[in-house]
Amino acid sequence: MEEDFMPRIIGFLCKWCTYAGADLAGVSRIQYPPSILPIRVMCSSRVDPLFVISSFLRGADAVLVAGCHPGDCHYQRGNYYTRRRYAVLRKIFEELGLEADRLRLSWISASEGRRFADVITDYTERIKKKGPNPVKKEVFL
Amino acid sequence: MAKFLELDKGTEAGIRELLGQSLRNGQVKAVFALRRTTNGAVNYSLITDPQMMEEAVPLFPSMPSNAGQLLSRLTLKGPVEGPVAVVVRPCELRALVELVKREQGSLEGFLFISFTCPGVYPLKASANGEIEGKQTQYWEAVKSGKVVPEIRPTCRACEHFIPYNADITISLVGNKDVDKRCILFLNTAKGAELVKGVGGKLSEGELETAELHAHREERLAEKKSLYDQGQLSGLGMDGLIEIFSRCIGCRGCRSACPICYCNLCTFDSFDYEYEPSTYEEELKKRGGVRIPPNTIFYHLGRLTHVGISCVGCGSCTDVCPVDIPLSAIFLQVGEAVQKIFDYIPGKDVEEDVPLATFEEVELTEIEE
Repeated sequence: MEEDFMPRIIGFLCKWCTYAGADLAGVSRIQYPPSILPIRVMCSSRVDPLFVISSFLRGADAVLVAGCHPGDCHYQRGNYYTRRRYAVLRKIFEELGLEADRLRLSWISASEGRRFADVITDYTERIKKKGPNPVKKEVFL
Repeated sequence: MAKFLELDKGTEAGIRELLGQSLRNGQVKAVFALRRTTNGAVNYSLITDPQMMEEAVPLFPSMPSNAGQLLSRLTLKGPVEGPVAVVVRPCELRALVELVKREQGSLEGFLFISFTCPGVYPLKASANGEIEGKQTQYWEAVKSGKVVPEIRPTCRACEHFIPYNADITISLVGNKDVDKRCILFLNTAKGAELVKGVGGKLSEGELETAELHAHREERLAEKKSLYDQGQLSGLGMDGLIEIFSRCIGCRGCRSACPICYCNLCTFDSFDYEYEPSTYEEELKKRGGVRIPPNTIFYHLGRLTHVGISCVGCGSCTDVCPVDIPLSAIFLQVGEAVQKIFDYIPGKDVEEDVPLATFEEVELTEIEE
């Protein structure tokens, strides 16, 4: 069973960097697991923590928030705010004993097709080891 | 050393007289304080008639709603044409400061009078004059410098009981003569101006005495035991479900929360309402869905929204009809979140809310 488990990772990817990085991984024909379900956002700072919580509660095995490296934001400062919001969200998960390692924040630029594939591969392996998100089976939410 | 004024009368009577006189001689235009209405209920009121000051009970141990929320609403469309003297608890003042930082009100024109806060009784005790009956016990505990029994659990565990931005701080906790002498610490020039002409004896001394430090230790111990009882870290999703399964979705916690200020809450919008197809999908996964869905989502969402500014007033727990220990959760998680940025909500109005600012190099440990 565990062998067959392919995690479903919801990825919120910034249009200017990570989404373009994913594109580059594709046109460069770099292989990576088909676990990621990309959602393109204009900036990683568009990701309301509620999007992440909602994905998690609705049964995503993991969530990835990814954008430009700090200092490279297309809108100058967006990803700095993302970083703070993510830190808060992660802390809340940790404090409540929820599985914070099902959340990930990564900076992947438009030229880092290889890094995109590596991040997805690494993250997928991590979640495969953890198994499916048990929240998926909860009736009361 | 700080300057303080000593009046030769009971503390509450002293405040009442000071404010009544300030109204009469026009030093303040109005007073905002707790007031007892004819049927014995206690509510916040804005008072301009000096006669009505007789009905004011500024130190009554109850918080009908967090005054930070009320003062924000009062100044939402523009500041008061002051000066308006305001008597509120430290956490109410902090809540107002947090709201002002979010452009939900103004501090302009207010003169803040606050006190070393012994805490308040839960609102449920305000029925049938129960609080009235507990007054003697309350003030005896205040005099002794001990934590008052039966007050809100968050009040017992509150370490921010000394106000941060008050023009005048009334000494209550550990003041042995609270019913005989009124001691007012004058923190600002505005505060010193107000007490001119009221008489009394001006001296110098420290507000934060050894007794007050001992009192803080006691409250910190209470906080530790509150956290130990909660056992949040071991909670996990199962624990959350257990706690929130009795939530009836009344949104009372949100209404009572001074920090929750949005006029249209995300959780009331259509954005998170399920489509019929969403229900189908969810049922396929789970075999059952609680109706309405999204209870845990609402509480986690509120934590992400207000946790950073939670002042730990305890209003959420107090209004919960099914006694969910919300404030214990918000206090503990909020504190953990605030610690990331060394932030004390409501301490300094000049300090940005951490989520509205950033450092270019920070938090590198959370990136992967």
